[in-house]
Amino acid sequence: MIYLDNSATTQPAQEVLKSFQTVSMNYYANPSSIHVGGSEVEKLLFKARTQIAQLLKVNEDEVIFTSGGTESNNLAIKGIAHAHQNRGNHIITTQIEHPAVLQVCKDLEREGFEVTYLPVDESGNINLDDLKKAINENTILVTIMHVNNEIGTIQPIEKIAKLLANYPKITFHTDHVQGFGKVSLPYDMEGLDLITISGHKIHGLKGTGCLIKKRHVQLKPLFHGGSQEGSVRPGTENVAGNVSLAKAMRLAVEKQSQYNRLIALHQKLFDQLEPIDKITINSPKNGAAHIFNFSVLGFKPEVLIHALGEKEIYVSTKSACSSKQDEPSHVIVACGKEQEAGAAIRVSLSINQSEEDIDIFIKEIKNVIQQYKSIMG
Amino acid sequence: MKRIYLDHAATTPIHPSVKEVMRDVMEDSFGNPSSIHHFGRESRKRLDEARMTMANSINANYESIIFTSGGTEANNLAIFGTAYANRNKGNHIITTNIEHHAVLHPVEQLEKEGFDVTYLPVDEKGMVDIMDVKKALRKDTILVTIMYVNNETGMKQPVQMIGNLLRSRGIPFHTDAVQAYGVEEIDVEELKIDLLTTSSHKIYGPKGVGFLYKREGLNLTQRLYGGEQERTWRSGTENTLAIEGFKKAVEVLKEERTKRYDHYKQLSERLIQALDEKNVEYHINGDLSTEHRVPNILNLSFPGMDVEIFLTNLDLSGVAVSSGSACTAGSIDPSHVLKAMYGEDSPRLRNSIRFSFGMDNTVEEMTLVAERIEKIVNRLSSNV
Repeated sequence: MIYLDNSATTQPAQEVLKSFQTVSMNYYANPSSIHVGGSEVEKLLFKARTQIAQLLKVNEDEVIFTSGGTESNNLAIKGIAHAHQNRGNHIITTQIEHPAVLQVCKDLEREGFEVTYLPVDESGNINLDDLKKAINENTILVTIMHVNNEIGTIQPIEKIAKLLANYPKITFHTDHVQGFGKVSLPYDMEGLDLITISGHKIHGLKGTGCLIKKRHVQLKPLFHGGSQEGSVRPGTENVAGNVSLAKAMRLAVEKQSQYNRLIALHQKLFDQLEPIDKITINSPKNGAAHIFNFSVLGFKPEVLIHALGEKEIYVSTKSACSSKQDEPSHVIVACGKEQEAGAAIRVSLSINQSEEDIDIFIKEIKNVIQQYKSIMG
Repeated sequence: MKRIYLDHAATTPIHPSVKEVMRDVMEDSFGNPSSIHHFGRESRKRLDEARMTMANSINANYESIIFTSGGTEANNLAIFGTAYANRNKGNHIITTNIEHHAVLHPVEQLEKEGFDVTYLPVDEKGMVDIMDVKKALRKDTILVTIMYVNNETGMKQPVQMIGNLLRSRGIPFHTDAVQAYGVEEIDVEELKIDLLTTSSHKIYGPKGVGFLYKREGLNLTQRLYGGEQERTWRSGTENTLAIEGFKKAVEVLKEERTKRYDHYKQLSERLIQALDEKNVEYHINGDLSTEHRVPNILNLSFPGMDVEIFLTNLDLSGVAVSSGSACTAGSIDPSHVLKAMYGEDSPRLRNSIRFSFGMDNTVEEMTLVAERIEKIVNRLSSNV
């Protein structure tokens, strides 16, 4: 069995499961309760928060636990839009964001906000000049993803943050879900105000995630209720989940040294598949090494995915969040590859992926293409 | 010293069978339910089964269950979702003075945004009068949100009557059933409920998961946008592990409901009896009879005590209780529920304790608790 769909979700690490189990079994009190049980759990929660803060070199009150990447993105974007609508109503994003950013922006458009969707080049890169030109006096938020979840393009987050540091009225948010543990960011950097991180993409658990919110940033909460998470995110804390997130994040950082290995595997995929007739590579060569996207023109991706599935090799078309739709990939369309967009296959590696897995995948995809070619004559 | 946990309305420990299921699921299922390959389909199947269990537990349709990150999110989704989706029909909302903050604060936010909100009063027992609901209804009422069981007093609200009334007027009825779900048999068809909130960690399941029941055909504006999960009502990769745990908790609940009810009743009666035997002075906030009260929540006022000192003493003596909702306990602001029942100036606002019982408590513990209370009350009264 070869699982190559790690950008959809990853297998939780044993240590993460163990933390989750220990906490949920032994520390069950509500952290807001003032009795001994409650304060023990609160300490545990604080420790998890401190660990994450230290990993990222931010302050512990800048870590807001959420139910995952979708909620973090929604909270960041709507939170800024609704808190600062008196200052302006213009938001800048890109055409290639994850649905958890794009759909939020679309909803804000329905509310009357103006949204600029920056175009990308054929590798999926935005142009900084486009961003500069898009900024106007009404701009209150820029939200640009770090690593694209379908093709792996890495946006120049540092340069954007540096540029936006000159605009104190503009808050900068980045969806870092696919970047964390692979491609780091200077989290404490000035100009980088909000950062989304998800647990289940880094061998943590589903239903866990956080939003890094720098101290000076004012957000309007999405949920209203108790005063948990500084009132920015009410609801009884998922203590075991949050502790397991801290563990998953620590492990991800520790294992990041393995990333260099993935670069070699990524290169191998390029070298082996690029020469094949009918195959176009949709990922940029300098993109994140754990994501490799290609199209086999003339083949329905479902057919290939099914054929690979028979061999117990698991890949995907595009984002799991939109894989039920029959529409072509909006990311690859934005790269100007209309034809490829309907035929895309995404191979996404875990930090532990072996070279053997990749060799078998390359062999089998070649076989499958050969087989179908002969059938279709 | 034996530590006794009597704060189950804040949160419950995870049931051993739930732990077991979660441990198994952790080991062998991690796929994203939206992925189309084997791992995804496996997770999808489990998710579908859990949804079915939830639906059956309240006699609802499979399609009407929306998994959320918990009670707070479900309440927010129900309230904001209905208000925004029906803005063109009217802007009047009815609720009560005794709701949990996860209902009150959303409603207050809507008020700031221009919605008109009626907060219904309650009587001395902490119950809403159906006639008050009737009188408050207007042509532009688009939502009534009234909790099923109050989290501080355990008092049940007349949801059946409210359901009948609102269904005949075609007005959506939401009830926060977080405290009711683990005790009461709930049938959304019979009760004519349109939206109902539950939470896993109040019924011996894991934290971080709950569901909103939404009657089919009812429209909501989503709170979280993104992927098409939960039939687009709630985006975000499903929290499959916690949902599995929640499912098991509901299955165990179904088997044990009667047993639990009887146990809670016994505990609550024994505590009262033991306090009487020791001549400790107390008043019930609510109703001693369980006709209108769930037996697992008991709110008592101890004349002459100061709640903060009393709580600290109880905690030091090994008894974990609270003054009200855990979400407000951090601050020990006077309870808005008791305020609604007895008025702002009542001493009960400063001397009341909530006891909430669980399956792990024993009848013997109640005697111990009464003894410890007696000691503390005597010590603190003699100090005055």
